[in-house]
Order: sequence, then structure tokens, then C-alpha cells
Amino acid sequence: MTQITDRSMRTAAFKPEADDDMLICRCEEITKGEIRRAVYEGMYEITEIRRWLRVGMGLCQGQTCTKLVQRIVAKELGVSPAQLESAAARGPVRPIEMACMGNEKGGVC
Amino acid sequence: MKTTSDVLIIGSGINGSAAAYYLAKSGVDVTVLEGASVIGGGGSSRNGGGVRQSGRDSRELPYVMWGIENLWPTLSEELDADTEYTQKGNLRLGKTQAHLDKLAQLAQSAGKVGLDVRMIDAMEAREINPYLSEEVAGASWCPTDGHANPLKTTLAFYRAARRLGARFYTNAIVERIEKVHGRARKVVLKNGMVFEADCIIVAAGYASRKIVNSVGIDVPMDLKVSETLVTETQPHMFDQMLGTAAADFYGHQTKDGSFVFGGSAGYDQFVRHDETTFSTPPASSLHGPCICRAVTGYFPSLEHAKIIRCWGGWTDLCADGVPVISPVDEVPGLILACAFTGHGFGSGPVVGLMLAQMARGEETVVDLSALRYDRFAAKDKKNKKAA
Repeated sequence: MTQITDRSMRTAAFKPEADDDMLICRCEEITKGEIRRAVYEGMYEITEIRRWLRVGMGLCQGQTCTKLVQRIVAKELGVSPAQLESAAARGPVRPIEMACMGNEKGGVC
Repeated sequence: MKTTSDVLIIGSGINGSAAAYYLAKSGVDVTVLEGASVIGGGGSSRNGGGVRQSGRDSRELPYVMWGIENLWPTLSEELDADTEYTQKGNLRLGKTQAHLDKLAQLAQSAGKVGLDVRMIDAMEAREINPYLSEEVAGASWCPTDGHANPLKTTLAFYRAARRLGARFYTNAIVERIEKVHGRARKVVLKNGMVFEADCIIVAAGYASRKIVNSVGIDVPMDLKVSETLVTETQPHMFDQMLGTAAADFYGHQTKDGSFVFGGSAGYDQFVRHDETTFSTPPASSLHGPCICRAVTGYFPSLEHAKIIRCWGGWTDLCADGVPVISPVDEVPGLILACAFTGHGFGSGPVVGLMLAQMARGEETVVDLSALRYDRFAAKDKKNKKAA
């Protein structure tokens, strides 16, 4: 039997921690405390944390903070970081100008 | 684990999560079953964020207008979260006389239902948005339209419902509904678990079709991909929601400064898929470039804006382009809300409110008889009716 996930399993009160002010996502300026609180509020998936806080949605698209966020969320949920599903990777790998992306003829744009 | 409740909702998108919120708020014991691992991972999280009335079918307008007047203005306070709702109007742009004729026709039919939408010339359009290219010949203008952040709004409904005691289960794939004494009563999961309730709301996008098929109900719908791209943060340019008569792109500038643009390369309904909507939909190599060319045709100054991400999402396309929001007569206790055809985000709050009303046996704030599940007549009969 495949286990379903109960989204109401963590009901203990949120406990602030000393390093909650630490910046985790530098592009969007999201702190460790904000990520921990999001988990406490029911965002159990990396994808949900991203959508709720904009973690990893800035210029670097999570190339810097993804692992850190995974570790924080895993610790809050009491699971191994490897058990968490990563957010979907999407193109383009590096930012690309609209004029360039729209140009399929090749050459300099 | 508690498996019985007053109301069971299948699908945690904006419609299901909003219904859960309004039910929990009124003291109803409610459980939400989501097949995917993520809350609101379907069309609710993968759309352009439009909260608009203009360009809609006249069957949808009454409830969409009600939601924009009564729910959206205070939704952020209601949900204790910033939905980024911005009500600064919608410009629907045209480049040719044929475009303008089409826009005028839409504006006229919306006007009959009481919506303030009017045609404006190129000069007035440029007064509202000075970045428009010389190619723009005119537009329709609806000042009460706007946009919001679909990711945050959907999760805000989930969080608020959860705070009020609504139970949510993810990875809970529904196999079928079963009747007891002629009423919808049991929901059987793929893993064999059984949930029970007095009332079952199915709001599961395209997956709704297979679920209600199990009790002999069908809706003519298909799976369609919608694709969107987002730019890096730009200096603030404009606040309007944008659309076009040619339907080549739509979008807006978000609160954080990036632009979100959607569009179509013309193959949305023919993307390969595996009949489930839990998978991550592809973002094809045709769409991004096509959207970029469309956008820069209307906004030349955006040609140097950089795209940082493209994505795709599943939407549930209805045969007649508007959703089904309706109790099911043959299966008492079953309520169906699906086939939103890629424009169900803006109506999410009011649809959730009305689903809650239906579940409590109350009259809905707006009459929904035009959106019943049994409206799909054969074409010869429809033509006779129109004549």
C-alpha cells in the first residue's frame, strides 16, 4: 500500500531559532526562519516552498541555495534531504534575451 | 487517520482549496484529497495570473464579475497573505481591422451583461501604456480587470483552510467513487484506502473525467498544455494585464518586477502525455521563441529583457470553452467543477465560495445553470436552438 501524506501531521507550535535571520536565498533575500515557518505552515515540498516564498526563483534560479533549502526543509520534517523531490529544472540554463530566444535563424543577435 | 468527514474534496487546486477554506470557515468538517505530491500543482500554479472579465464568454461573466467586486479586493486580508492582487485594468490589443472588429464584438457582448469594457484608439492605448509599438492599432479597455500571483493565492487558500482545521492528504490518487443507497458516498484510492463523506466535490482538472466516469458521468474535455515564460526583474514599467485579439501572447509585470508571458505555438492540444496530470508537462522548443517574437512585436523595448525560465502546465479544455460547475442529478451528493479551459485562476475564489454553498445545500451567489454538466447537446439540436 502506497502511503499518502498527511499535511496536518505537524501541529506543534513554531519555535524560533537563534540563526533564523540567516539569508539562505541571496537573489530573493529569504531567511532560514521564513523557510522553517513555511514548513510549519504546511509547505512540505520544495516546489511549494519555492512558490510560497520565491526561494530559488530569482536570477540564479536556485543554483546557489537549492541544497541549503533542501537541508532546512528535511530537518524540519525529520526526513533525509534525499527523500525530498527537487523542484523541476527548466530552461534556459542561463538567462537569454527575448530578441535572441525569438531568433531561430541563428547568427548574432 | 480520520477517513470520514462532512465534505470530501478531490483536487487541491485553487477551486478545491478555496472550497475547503470557505467550508472550514463555516464550521464544516472537510477533507481534501490531492493525487499529486504538491498542493495546487496543476493549472492553478501554471498560469499567467489574470484576474480578468474582458474576453470571457457571457456564461462565465456573472460569477467572475461577482468575485472581482466582492472577493478579490479583500482577499489578501482574508487569507493573511499577499496575493499581489493588482486592479489596474486590462488592455486587449489589436493590430489589424479584423482584430479590432473581433475586440469590438467581445466588448459588445460583455457590455450586455453589464461589464464596463470599451474600445479605445491607438493614441488612448498609448496614453495608458506608453511602451506599445507603432503596430498597435487599438485595444479594448476594461478598467476593473487585473492580475494576481497564482502560486501564492492557491497556497494561501490551502494554508488558511489548514489553519481552520481542514485536512489535506497528498499522494492520494483517487481510483473511483462508489455510491451507497444511490448517493455518492465513498472515495476509493489507488492504494485501497477508502474515504467517506455526505458530499463529494470533484475539482481535479482533467483527472476529474476519469473519476466521475466511475459513476457514469462524463464531460467532453481534453488535456491541453499551456506554456509560459518569465523574465528577470525589470524596472517597473506598467501595471495592466495584457491580452491580444490574435491570442499570440498574454501577461503582465509582477510585483517583483519580472514579466510573466504566456502564449501558444499552436500545438497545445497535441503535446505528448501519459493521461495523468501528475507528471511535469514539457516546455517545448517552439513555444518560448514564439512567445518572445509575439511580445517584442507589441513591446519592442522588451527585446533585451532576459528570459530566466520557461514552463508548461496541464489545463483541462472543455468542448465549449467554459467550465462545468454543477451538482450532478443522477448522483446525489456529487458536485463537479472542472474543464476550466485554462482560464480558471481568476474565478477561483468565487468558484470555491459557490462550491461551499452547493455542498451546504444553499443557493449560490450567482445562478450557474448555464454551466451544468448536462448541457452538451448534439450539434443539430444546438443549431436549432440558436436559430
